[in-house]
Amino acid sequence: MTRKQKRLSVIAGGLVFLGAATGLTFYALGQKASFFYMPADLTTASVQPGQRIRLGGLVEKGTIQRGQGATVGFSVTDTHKSVKVTYTGILPDLFREEQGVITEGTFGPDGVFVADSVLAKHDERYMPKEVADGLKAKGVWQENKSE
Amino acid sequence: MVETGHFALVLAFALSLVQTVVPLFGARLNNQRLMAVGGPVAVTGFALTALSFAALASAYASSDFSVASVWENSHSLQPLIYKITGTWGNHEGSMLLWVLILTFFGALVAAFGSNLPATLRANVLAVQGAIGAAFFLFILATSNPFIRLNPAPIEGRDLNPILQDLGLAIHPPFLYLGYVGFSICFSFSVAALIEGRIDASWARWVRPWTLVAWMFLTGGIAMGSYWAYYELGWGGFWFWDPVENASFMPWLAGTALLHSAIVMEKRSALKIWTLLLAILTFSLSLLGTFLVRSGVLTSVHAFATDPTRGVFILCILTLFIGGSLALFALRASRLTTGGLFQPISREGALVLNNLFLTTATATVLVGTLYPLAVEAFSADKISVGAPFFNLTFGPLMVPLLLVVPFGPLLAWKRGDVFAVAQRLMVAFAAALLATLVTALFIDGASVFAALGVGLAVWLILGALTDLAVKSGVGNVAAGIMVRRLLGLPRSVFGTAFAHLGLGLTTLGIVGTLCFGTEKILSMHAGETVELSGHTLRFVGLYPAQGPNYSEDLGRFELIGVSGSPVGEISSAKRFYPVRQMTTTESGIRTIGFSQLYISLGDEGNDGSVVVRLWWKPLVTLIWGGGLMMMAGAAMSLMDRRLRVGAPSRRRKQASAVPSATLP
Repeated sequence: MTRKQKRLSVIAGGLVFLGAATGLTFYALGQKASFFYMPADLTTASVQPGQRIRLGGLVEKGTIQRGQGATVGFSVTDTHKSVKVTYTGILPDLFREEQGVITEGTFGPDGVFVADSVLAKHDERYMPKEVADGLKAKGVWQENKSE
Repeated sequence: MVETGHFALVLAFALSLVQTVVPLFGARLNNQRLMAVGGPVAVTGFALTALSFAALASAYASSDFSVASVWENSHSLQPLIYKITGTWGNHEGSMLLWVLILTFFGALVAAFGSNLPATLRANVLAVQGAIGAAFFLFILATSNPFIRLNPAPIEGRDLNPILQDLGLAIHPPFLYLGYVGFSICFSFSVAALIEGRIDASWARWVRPWTLVAWMFLTGGIAMGSYWAYYELGWGGFWFWDPVENASFMPWLAGTALLHSAIVMEKRSALKIWTLLLAILTFSLSLLGTFLVRSGVLTSVHAFATDPTRGVFILCILTLFIGGSLALFALRASRLTTGGLFQPISREGALVLNNLFLTTATATVLVGTLYPLAVEAFSADKISVGAPFFNLTFGPLMVPLLLVVPFGPLLAWKRGDVFAVAQRLMVAFAAALLATLVTALFIDGASVFAALGVGLAVWLILGALTDLAVKSGVGNVAAGIMVRRLLGLPRSVFGTAFAHLGLGLTTLGIVGTLCFGTEKILSMHAGETVELSGHTLRFVGLYPAQGPNYSEDLGRFELIGVSGSPVGEISSAKRFYPVRQMTTTESGIRTIGFSQLYISLGDEGNDGSVVVRLWWKPLVTLIWGGGLMMMAGAAMSLMDRRLRVGAPSRRRKQASAVPSATLP
């Protein structure tokens, strides 16, 4: 190979590599990004059982049920609609009734949301940003709740 | 004292403006006296910033609640250590720490840069001054830590309990030393672009600064990871959280920079690329500061969300990243390009390293910013988490890790892959053996786990092979071998240590992810549970009182083979009354390199407690590997060629002894 051919093949190899990496990145974004919904959004959005989403809202008052062992059931609400959620594991320290949470997981065939992770606020002052924005958009946000 | 600190901060801002303008014009007009202004001003600016920081720290230490920042983030009952570390456990104080470190690095250039060409030194200090000016203005305009309250409150609102930990003493300062350390490389690059040439001293200076910044950033990230691991009680060491990514991107780019700077120093090739990489690395540091400090992301790091701050940092970001890249586009063609080289050579291997690392940086960048972009342009909210990064980052890292052992063994200019492969035969055979043993003899090992173990062994032994080959193992008598080993340049040890650290971290990750076990159950006092061969008995819950919290301490006994307890582990639920906040203190017992990890959950109605237990094999190697990488960087810094602080001597030596120490 001449010097020029060599250089071209190196550049071509680099481009193929970058192309493959770009392709993989976009494929992964399409496949692995999970959408955020509030309960009321679920009536319009089509979420298949088994599709991974994040569900956010407030923990509805009086719905927390501690069942067998470490499984907990509760409802997430945006005051318009609510969704039943089950979770096995340790709830975050700031998980309380009427507090903002984000749960991540999939819907089971029975319409109950099976969460594998539950996030609450990081400290007592803030609500998860998505939940706060979502509540504001639905007109049920009260400013004093954030403090 | 507080007003003195405030005044010093304003003065430091004014001086940073002087530092920006005067040396820059001096360099333009080639006026020695104007250029010479930069040095003393940089040192004075640092002294003033240090005074300002000390004033804030003393306000925190003495719980002066007339200062708003102290009132919001401190409490008189906090232990003294957390009062002091609380200085930077909030937005305002952490930005002050940021500029303190920035001016510190500027002062170092002023102090040790006496042998730099005068114009280069003046321009570097000017760029450094400009970054400082932007951030001083940011602090004074939007995040002033010295604002007073009148009347002064009697008691403070306490530091976020998650931050009341020794981790806060180490993680942010190290992380900032890394982030901001890259500003020196950035300033050198912009200065070279302003002058339109890259001279030899440029190349010699950039590498040690990169090493210093990289060393601290490695430590900062490792510490942050360990802190999150034990403090959050989730047992994870890395969450691909946007804030973690914000520190990981400069690390990846900085690692690429570290390697391309070697090529530039040794072969004076890749100059323009190295310069661009230096700009990009610091740009990613700035981006990280923006993501964390602007409040666009919700996380434990986002202390407060104030939209003016975000816009302000975004402006700084645009100014410096846009400005430097525009300058690059205008001036890069003027710079002399280095020579070409063979693809199979040490420099070829380093280019491959750069290709993989920068692509990996780009995937992390896309994954981190994509949700923000989607949210800005549509109503959808998405999150990109571990599944995305496992699918993109993983495939990029595995081939890179596979070729790591080849790099240091390849010769400069023209290497011989087959000869190197022959030398690596032992490491390869051992890695293969480790793979087979894992697959055949360890229960529940998947193919991935076995290959992962093999990869880690390959990296570790590959790094040791490098040392062995260079000291002539097998070819010379033992005495000569030892002498040769000790006589190897420190940078060879640096490379070997860093790559060994990479192997250890890989082993730790594989061990934890593939062989770790976990149990979630509700336990009554007196019950026992078995996990991966360890028997634990839950003794019970005991209330206890701390200085500014109360806690329920869950005590567990580790039962030995004989049936009697051999150790105790306790995990607690702590309640901090001031912030009405509960935290989980995980219980950890280290056994060899592995750990037993216990996290307490809620109490049930019947007196039982939800308990989550993990067995994490080899988990400590994840951070041990990070320490090893830091040791490698420190070793490299001690290399005679690079010794920081002795540049004048080194310069003469470098010209007298050409870099023939390596094959």
